[in-house]
Amino acid sequence: MNAHAPLPPAPSEGCGVSLRQERGQRAVFCGLTGIVWLHRKIQDAFFLVVGSRTCAHLIQSAAGVMIFAEPRFATAIIDERDLAGLADMNEELDRVVSRLIERRPDIRLLFLVGSCPSEVIKLDLSRAALRLSQRLAPAVRVLNYSGSGIETTFTQGEDACLAALVPEMPREAPNAAPSLLVVGALADVVEDQFLRLFSELGIGPVHVLPARRAGALPPVGPNTSYLLAQPFLADTARALEARGATRIAAPFPLGSEGTTGWLRAAADAFLVPEARFAAATAPGIARAERALAPHRERLSGKRAFFFPDSQLEVPLARFLAREMGMELAEVGTPYLHRAHLAEELALLPPGTRVVEGQSLDAQMDRARAARPDLTVCGLGLANPFEAEGLATKWSIELLFTPIQGYEQAGDLAELFARPLLRRARLEV
Amino acid sequence: MQLTVWTYEGPPHIGAMRVATAMRGLHYVLHAPQGDTYADLLFTMIERRDARPPVTYTTFQARDLGADTAEIFKSACAEAYERFRPEAMIVGASCTAELIQDDPGGLAKALNLPIPVIPLELPAYQKKENWGASETFYRLVRALSGPAPAPGAPRLGAEGRRPLCNILGPTALGFRHRDDVAEIRGLLNRLGIDVNVTAPMGASPTDLARLGAADFNVVLYPEIARAAAQYLQKAFGQPMVETVPIGFGATTRFVEEVAALAGLDPAPVLAEHGSRAPWYARSVDSTYLTGKRAFIFGDATHALAAARVARSELGFAVVGLGTYGREFAREVRAEAAEHGIEALITDDYLDVEAAIQAAAPEIVLGTQMERHVAKRLGLPCAVISAPVHVQDFPARTSPQMGFEGANVLFDTLVHPLMMGLEEHLLGMFREDREFHDGAAPSHLGGKARTVPPEPVTTVTVAAPASIAWAAEAEKELRKIPFFVRGKARANTERFARERALALITIETLYDAKAHFGR
Repeated sequence: MNAHAPLPPAPSEGCGVSLRQERGQRAVFCGLTGIVWLHRKIQDAFFLVVGSRTCAHLIQSAAGVMIFAEPRFATAIIDERDLAGLADMNEELDRVVSRLIERRPDIRLLFLVGSCPSEVIKLDLSRAALRLSQRLAPAVRVLNYSGSGIETTFTQGEDACLAALVPEMPREAPNAAPSLLVVGALADVVEDQFLRLFSELGIGPVHVLPARRAGALPPVGPNTSYLLAQPFLADTARALEARGATRIAAPFPLGSEGTTGWLRAAADAFLVPEARFAAATAPGIARAERALAPHRERLSGKRAFFFPDSQLEVPLARFLAREMGMELAEVGTPYLHRAHLAEELALLPPGTRVVEGQSLDAQMDRARAARPDLTVCGLGLANPFEAEGLATKWSIELLFTPIQGYEQAGDLAELFARPLLRRARLEV
Repeated sequence: MQLTVWTYEGPPHIGAMRVATAMRGLHYVLHAPQGDTYADLLFTMIERRDARPPVTYTTFQARDLGADTAEIFKSACAEAYERFRPEAMIVGASCTAELIQDDPGGLAKALNLPIPVIPLELPAYQKKENWGASETFYRLVRALSGPAPAPGAPRLGAEGRRPLCNILGPTALGFRHRDDVAEIRGLLNRLGIDVNVTAPMGASPTDLARLGAADFNVVLYPEIARAAAQYLQKAFGQPMVETVPIGFGATTRFVEEVAALAGLDPAPVLAEHGSRAPWYARSVDSTYLTGKRAFIFGDATHALAAARVARSELGFAVVGLGTYGREFAREVRAEAAEHGIEALITDDYLDVEAAIQAAAPEIVLGTQMERHVAKRLGLPCAVISAPVHVQDFPARTSPQMGFEGANVLFDTLVHPLMMGLEEHLLGMFREDREFHDGAAPSHLGGKARTVPPEPVTTVTVAAPASIAWAAEAEKELRKIPFFVRGKARANTERFARERALALITIETLYDAKAHFGR
């Protein structure tokens, strides 16, 4: 229940961190928000939310000014008439989709995105997607997933979207050579860097999910090894494994150490000789070290407090603690996948308090009591905390900024150092 | 179902949040799924508030659906009371909670809290943000303003004091509400009128209990406060002033009406209004504003006010007028008829965009959306109404209302346009090597641009079939100043199309000019 109870005594797990769960009021985005970056990545896909005015308002608030660059997302707002009877609603949806496709003939893939209202009234979007797919074939493929707040938190929307793509991936030839699949939407620049690194390591063929175009989905099969680039892809991983693919366990490619660990896991799986690995990664490691050094001075010894937001919190905390010398007051995460994050948890300083879930007021009390030097939180909390004298870093920026890989390690550190630098600089 | 990319208004519970956040000592418990807390950042980011809105969300998840959600609501409500100790509470459901049919009002009542708990019925699938704000404020006033006085009972302490009024309507996330209130309070004070309660902004539930002590009500924003003021008129016999004091003329009328209600002489205040706007509008540099074609869209209050200011105080021609607020469609239609045009009542920004293109205005006055549309069409634009982005919650004082508001409006509406002298010089020297449209600014060396600017016409007309231009006509067109060339081209082509001309000659160009010339 929504108890603001003190945290129960935490059973410490094997990896030496103190892992607790908390339930109550949560200040997080719903999975619909993922559309804002996913539509930039899959260039011929359109995301149609079936929901309420609240859903449309949320996406417009999250997308900011982007809404006017002919965005490839919209909301079919359910109104009173739709709530009167379900059959009518399916006809309405077909009408809206027809109008949309007429206006945007360039669309090849249409996602019907479920929301809280559509889930609660049990509107069957998977059947609608099937029906519309048949009608619009072969020009447009229609899929569905849920980005509702009752089922998904923020980045889990991407997980649900990619999991919906997995059954669409072509079957890998039975005698295909072992291939690597990198899973998770990355900024194009980061994706290209990683593809170059894999090529230098002699790993190939390498595919990415999501692909930049809907028609270019990578193949999958028992010879596919996949490497998660993001920590929030539980359902996608499960769907890939159902198709025979095997996960390469690795930490996430944040910071120099994380990137090296991530690449090494792939290199080990593909039996890359040590010398070749060292030669391919040495320049990146050296550049990352040069870029990180100036920020280490500012961040070292400072205490960070993470509010739950994206599931990136644990790898980010690991980076800040191990490479930047920060201390961790608390690491909140909306959801913790024990297996996918095992490598990360093992790298966290012993005793780090990791809290899964949230009870907002209680957590805010703990943050105030801890007086961290830097609080990583959402935009609803950032200014109120600043007004209370706590320096903050708003977390959503970590999803929209390229932060993975060697070349972005310095930028990532700078995102955390900048609020502290600004505080030191302002004389008002 | 309605296909929507952009919405002018949020759902009605956002309106309730605007009222709750504006007030002190009030807490809102909102039955809503995880994710609806996104609304907090409208207040903390766009309005840059330094505290969280006083809202507790139940943030239920899928695993809670079933009998659990009612229990979650009750515990959230009880804990919010314990933690925040508000003077009063409002409770309600967001769109999803409306579907699961827990009864927030009944559940909260069962808790027997020692404070007033006001249930809100906000139909999320019919109504929108402004309606939600109006309904919430009305419910609060009804519940908290106390019993109506006996008929004929004298007003408390009416003897030996200055006239007393309430200011109703300003909320959180209101376009310039903060500075409007300061401006109007100052104006009322100069008239000799005291303000009893300003609400919702800054008021506590206890303050709402004192509403009845005022002699009359000033309704600053009818979208939000008309319903509450009508109730007070009926229950307490308080007359209301509904003239919205935006613009010099409207402010003058407002002062006269308020003074009449209070039994005071408006002349001294009107004589020393201190507004520069009337003189600025009469000064010769403003001559070029005469007949500028203005397209106006926004909430009804601001659109109506802007239309009157544009026509009567700046000399513009209003070529388009509309609102997204259906509640005030009648008023806007009536005003549009005064300008000889038909009002546009829609909440679809694509309709607005089409109407702007059809009206071919020289300036657009609207919301954040019209700002973007105008940018796409290459038109000057000023923001006069919500929804607005963070830059329209400025640090500097910038009211829309009152005499200072008239000054602000003059600057806001004129700055996007080319000032008279500038326009004159550009016209005069259009063939000059430093002034032609291909020249870079002189501070950048004045070299010709390698890439000519895209002509405005590419976005203003979607010509069904292109009409050929004779070479001399094309050359002649280049002599027209670049900032009106797009319009000249569009008009000429329209003229030619209507007459089924295959080729546009110099003759056609000047025939069209004569035809459309104003």
